Amino acid sequence: MEFVLLIFLPFVFAILVPFAYKYIKGIHTGWFVLLVPLVLFGYYLSFIPLTMDGGHAISEIKWIPTLGIAFTSYIDGLSLLFTLLITGIGSLVVLYSIFYMDKKKENLGSFYVYLLLFMTAMLGVVQSDNTMTLYLFWELTSISSFLLIGYWYTRDKSRFGALKSMMITVFGGLMMLGGFILLSIMGETFSIRELIAQAPDLVSHPYFTSALILILLGAFTKSAQFPFYIWLPDAMEAPTPVSAYLHSATMVKAGIYLVARFTPIFGTSSTWIWLVTGIGLLTLFWGSFFAVKQTDLKAILAFSTVSQLGLIMSLLGAGAISYHTTEAMFAFATYAAIFHLINHATFKGGLFMIAGIIDHETGTRDIRKLGGLMSIMPLSFTVALIGSLSMAGLPPFNGFLSKEMFLESMVALRHFELFQFDTWGILFPIVAWVASVFTFTYSLYFVLKTFLGQGKVDQLPKRPHEAPIGMLVAPMILASLVIIIFFIPNVLGKWVIKPAVMAVQPTLYGSPADIDIHVLAWHGFGSVGLWLTVAIVIVGSLLYLTIPKWQPLYKLQPAKLSLNEGYDALMRGSEKGMNRLSRAYMTGLIRTYLLYMFAFLSVTVIAVLFIKDAFVVDMNSFAAITLYGALNAVILLLSIGFVVFAKSRLAAIIALGGVGYSVALFFVIFKAPDLALTQLVIETVSVALFLLAFKHLPALNEHGETKKTKVVNLIISLSVGVMVTLVALSSHSQKLIPSISQYYKDTVATEAGGGNIVNVILVDYRGFDTLFEIAVLAIAGIAVLGMIRLRVSRKETTDENK
Amino acid sequence: MELLLAILIGILFTAAVYLILSRSLLKVILGTSLLSHGAHLLILTMGGLGGSAPPVLIDGVTDFADPLPQALILTAIVISFGVTAVILVMAYRMYSVHKTDNMNELRGNDEHD
Repeated sequence: MEFVLLIFLPFVFAILVPFAYKYIKGIHTGWFVLLVPLVLFGYYLSFIPLTMDGGHAISEIKWIPTLGIAFTSYIDGLSLLFTLLITGIGSLVVLYSIFYMDKKKENLGSFYVYLLLFMTAMLGVVQSDNTMTLYLFWELTSISSFLLIGYWYTRDKSRFGALKSMMITVFGGLMMLGGFILLSIMGETFSIRELIAQAPDLVSHPYFTSALILILLGAFTKSAQFPFYIWLPDAMEAPTPVSAYLHSATMVKAGIYLVARFTPIFGTSSTWIWLVTGIGLLTLFWGSFFAVKQTDLKAILAFSTVSQLGLIMSLLGAGAISYHTTEAMFAFATYAAIFHLINHATFKGGLFMIAGIIDHETGTRDIRKLGGLMSIMPLSFTVALIGSLSMAGLPPFNGFLSKEMFLESMVALRHFELFQFDTWGILFPIVAWVASVFTFTYSLYFVLKTFLGQGKVDQLPKRPHEAPIGMLVAPMILASLVIIIFFIPNVLGKWVIKPAVMAVQPTLYGSPADIDIHVLAWHGFGSVGLWLTVAIVIVGSLLYLTIPKWQPLYKLQPAKLSLNEGYDALMRGSEKGMNRLSRAYMTGLIRTYLLYMFAFLSVTVIAVLFIKDAFVVDMNSFAAITLYGALNAVILLLSIGFVVFAKSRLAAIIALGGVGYSVALFFVIFKAPDLALTQLVIETVSVALFLLAFKHLPALNEHGETKKTKVVNLIISLSVGVMVTLVALSSHSQKLIPSISQYYKDTVATEAGGGNIVNVILVDYRGFDTLFEIAVLAIAGIAVLGMIRLRVSRKETTDENK
Repeated sequence: MELLLAILIGILFTAAVYLILSRSLLKVILGTSLLSHGAHLLILTMGGLGGSAPPVLIDGVTDFADPLPQALILTAIVISFGVTAVILVMAYRMYSVHKTDNMNELRGNDEHD
C-alpha cells in the first residue's frame, strides 16, 4: 500500500466530521474522530522493527513531476518518532477533548475539522522528503494553528493571539522557503535525502550560510525560540486540548524536527553550532526566568514550554559537534535531545490537561486565586505533581534522566576546543545550571501554589470538585508513562531513540545498535550531573520559598522595552505606513491613474523600440505626398487645434466634427470608399448626439487647473504622441511576416464570390465578428436607453456604514 | 505621405491624451473621440498608404489598397460610435445626479474605498 496516502487520512475524515456533528446529535463527535489517530498510531507502530535495524520506508505520489515536486513519505527513525508522538498524543488529546468540549455549547464541527487538518499537516511535515511539500505542510500547520487559537473568535484576545502566531510563524515559514530554494539551487534537487547525500559538497557553496540562516529562522519561529517566542504565550487563548497538543507536544516541535533533519547538511558548520546552541540556551534561560513572573497557569506552562524547547535545541546544537570530535559526549547530546523531546511531550501534555481541568472545574486559571485544591482534587494533584517533578528533573521520573544528560553535555562543551568554544564555553554550563534552577522553581510554583496552601475555595467562580474520570484518563496515561520511562529508558532507547539519533547523524553510525549509550539513573557519587542536580534542588527550593521577596524584581523591566511592545509597534507602524503609502499613489482621481498608465506605456514602448533596435524608417517605401493630402492635413491640424483650445462647448463640438470629416477625406484619398462613407454617416450622427447632450452639460470650465498640472499633462501627452508616431513609422517600415491580405485578395472571388474585398471580409470571412459588433451596438443602445429612462430613487440607507 | 500621417497621428494622440487628462468631463469625452480617430488612421498607416485603386476586384486592376486594415477600421468606427454614445449619456446622467462635471469632485470618498 502507498502509505503516503495515510498522511491525508485525517484530512479526508475531516470532510465527514460536519455531517457527523449535524446528524448524530446523541454521540459526542470526538468519539468518531478518536478513531483516526488511534488507527494511525497502531499502523505506524508496525514500522518500529524496520527502523530499529536502521532501515527506512519510502512511498511516493507524483504531484508536479516536471518540477520534481512529489508527496514523498520517508519514514526513518526520526520521522517515525515524530509520527508516533503526533498520533499517540493526538489520540489522548482527542479523548480529553471529548470531556473538555461541551457538545451542546461548542461548535464541535469546526473544532475537529481544524484538529484533523492539523494532524494531516503535521504528519506531512515530519514525513515529507520533498522540501516543497514539506513547506506546504509547514504552512498548513500555521494555518490550522491560527484557526484553533482563534477558535473562540468572539474574544478579542483569541483573535489577537491567532494573528500574532500566524504573523510570526508564516514569516519564518517564508524565510525557510527561501532557504529551501537556495538548497535546491545548490544541490539541484528538492529531495532531502539526496541533499544529505551530497552534504560534503554543499558546505563550500557560496549560498551555504544564507540557506543555513534562513532555515534556522523557520525553525526558531516555529519552535518559539528567542526572540520569536512571544507568540506562544498569546497562543494560550486556544482551548486547552489545543494548547496541550499543538503548543506543547507537536507543532512547536516542528522546528526541532527541522533542525534535527538538517543537521547532516549543516551540522559541520560552526555558525550552525553556535546559533543552535546559543539561541537554545538563551531561550532556555529566558523562558524559565520569566515563567515565575506569570500568574496564569497556562502562561506558566507556555513559558516553561519555550524554555524546554530551548533546552532541546541547545542539545541538538551540541550534538552537531560530534562531527568535529570523537568524544562520545556529543553523540550523547543528540541522544539526550531526542530523549528529552519524548519526556517533555509526556509530562507537559499531562500538565496542560491538568491546567485545563482546573480551569474547567474552578472557573479560573489565576494562580493568585487558587490554592488548597489538593484535598478536593486528589487525582489531579497526583498527576500534576508527577508532571511537575519530572519537569523539575527529580527522580523517579523521566525528566530526571534527560535533565542529567543535558547538564553533562553542557559541562562537556567547556572542554571543546574549536570555534572559540574554549573561551566562551564556560558560559554554557553556567547558563544551563541557572536556567535549571529556575525550572525547578517554577515547577514547584506551578504545582504547590495551586494545590497546597490555604484554600480560598469559596471565593472561586465555581464550586470545585474532582474532574469526571473520562477527563482524567488521558493525563493519567501520560503520568504513568512519565514513571514507566524512568524505569525502562533503554528499552525506549532501543526502539525509538537510537533509530532517531541514527537519522540525525547518519554518517557516524552503521546501524542504531552501534550507538553505545546506556542510560543510567545512578552514576555513583563521582558524577558531575548528580551534584549539579543536588545544587539545583537546594537553590531552587530556596528561591521558591523566597518568591514573594524577589518577584517584584520583574517590575523593574519597563513595559515599553518588552518584545511584545516591539511586535505591537511593528504591527501598528506597518499598518499605518502601508496605509500612507497606498494613499500616496491611490489618489482616487482618474487623472492620476491615467497618468501612471500613459507614462508607463510610452516609456516602455519607446525604451523597447530603441533597446531592441526596432525603430527603422524606410523612406523608400513611403507613398508620395499629394496636394490634396497635404491640404487635408492642414485642415485636420486646424480642427484639432480648435477642439483643444476652444472656449465654448459649441465650437469644440463643431471642431470635432471637422476632425471627423477630414479623417473621412483621408479615407477618400487613400482609396477607402467604404470607410469614408461610414465615417461620414457616423460623424454626422455623432455631432448630432453631442449637440443633443451638450444642452444638458455645463459650460467648459477649467476647474482651477494650475500651470503645473497642465505642464505635466502636456509632457505625458507629448510622450504618448511621440511613442505612437515612432510605432507607426517602424511598423510600416518593416514587415517581419508576410501580410495575410494576399490570402483575401486571392480567394475573395473564388471562395466568397464577391468583388468588394472589404465588404466580403466583414460579412463573410469575419461574419461572426460583425455579428458580435452588432451585438455590442445593441448593448450600447440598451445602456443608453437605460441611463436616460431609468431613475433609481436615491435611498440614503443603502450605505451600510451609516 | 506616411511620414506626414505618422506625425499627424502623433498630434492627434497628443491632443487626445491632453484632453483626457483635463478636469472637465466634456473635454475628456472629446479626447476619447480624437483618440479613436487617431487609432483609425494609425491602423491605415501601418498597413501602407500605397495603392492606386480601392480594394474592389475589377478586371485589369492589380494595384489596389490593402483591404485588411480597411476591414478592421470599419469595425472600429462603428464600435467607437457606440462608445461615444454611451460615454455621452453617462456624462449626462452623472451631471444630473452629482451636479458637477469636475473630475476632481467625482472621486470616490473614503467610505467607498
